[in-house]
Amino acid sequence: MWHVIIAVGILACAVMAIRVQRLLVSALWLAGTSALVAMLIYLLGAPEIAVIELSVGAGLVTVLFVFAINIAGEENRAVQAMIPKPLAYGAVILAVIIAGWLCLPTLTVDLPASPALTLGSSLWGDRAVDTVLQVVLIFAGVLGVLGLLAEGKTHASLENKA
Amino acid sequence: MTLSLPMIALVVVFILLGVGLYALLVVSNLIKVVVALQILGKGAVLALVIAGSLRGQANLGQSMALTVIVADTIVAVVGLALAVQVRRHFDTLDLKSLTTLRR
Repeated sequence: MWHVIIAVGILACAVMAIRVQRLLVSALWLAGTSALVAMLIYLLGAPEIAVIELSVGAGLVTVLFVFAINIAGEENRAVQAMIPKPLAYGAVILAVIIAGWLCLPTLTVDLPASPALTLGSSLWGDRAVDTVLQVVLIFAGVLGVLGLLAEGKTHASLENKA
Repeated sequence: MTLSLPMIALVVVFILLGVGLYALLVVSNLIKVVVALQILGKGAVLALVIAGSLRGQANLGQSMALTVIVADTIVAVVGLALAVQVRRHFDTLDLKSLTTLRR
């Protein structure tokens, strides 16, 4: 019963995050989506991932969104869709059908059971390359934050210098 | 088919991916595009955790989900930084008016 309520909540939050006009409200609905996804991951038996998803997805990313919207400002203009909406609906339904057609038959294939690794040994041993890659990505993120904070030289200041 | 937890979560994954893809196609605000990418990323994380637990390789799925969470966050950071700089230089967040060519 709880599963269905959480699932419906996730979908409602995701749809509202897209539909709402104000960017700040959209970021808050996204945080709600993230928190409910973390609950679902916890129920699926992965508490470590749930905690990380909750703290990073609902915490850090929301702070970043609020920060960026604060700098960039709201833009309340009547927005028109990039492509016609019926075309978008058709493309999405087609994509979901193809994804389901490719994924669902593989659920019944039997794989040999893996040795019982813990999450720590799987992460640091088997997937050490991934972990190194994450460090590189975090450096890229630091550069991104610097870009977010950079003042940016205007044309006037550049001309004054010249 | 019984309404077990992995099946419900699988349906949630497909609908999250659908909502994210639809938003990517339709939305024209740069910050909303990052929101759409985040929704897609949450679908991917959930899919990895479910796949791991269904196939009896839960730890492999979880460690890959961790990588996806980190990558997704960095994508959000870089995307928002781009959006802020675009706003500064072009004074708009609308993707349609984002051109320096005369129309």
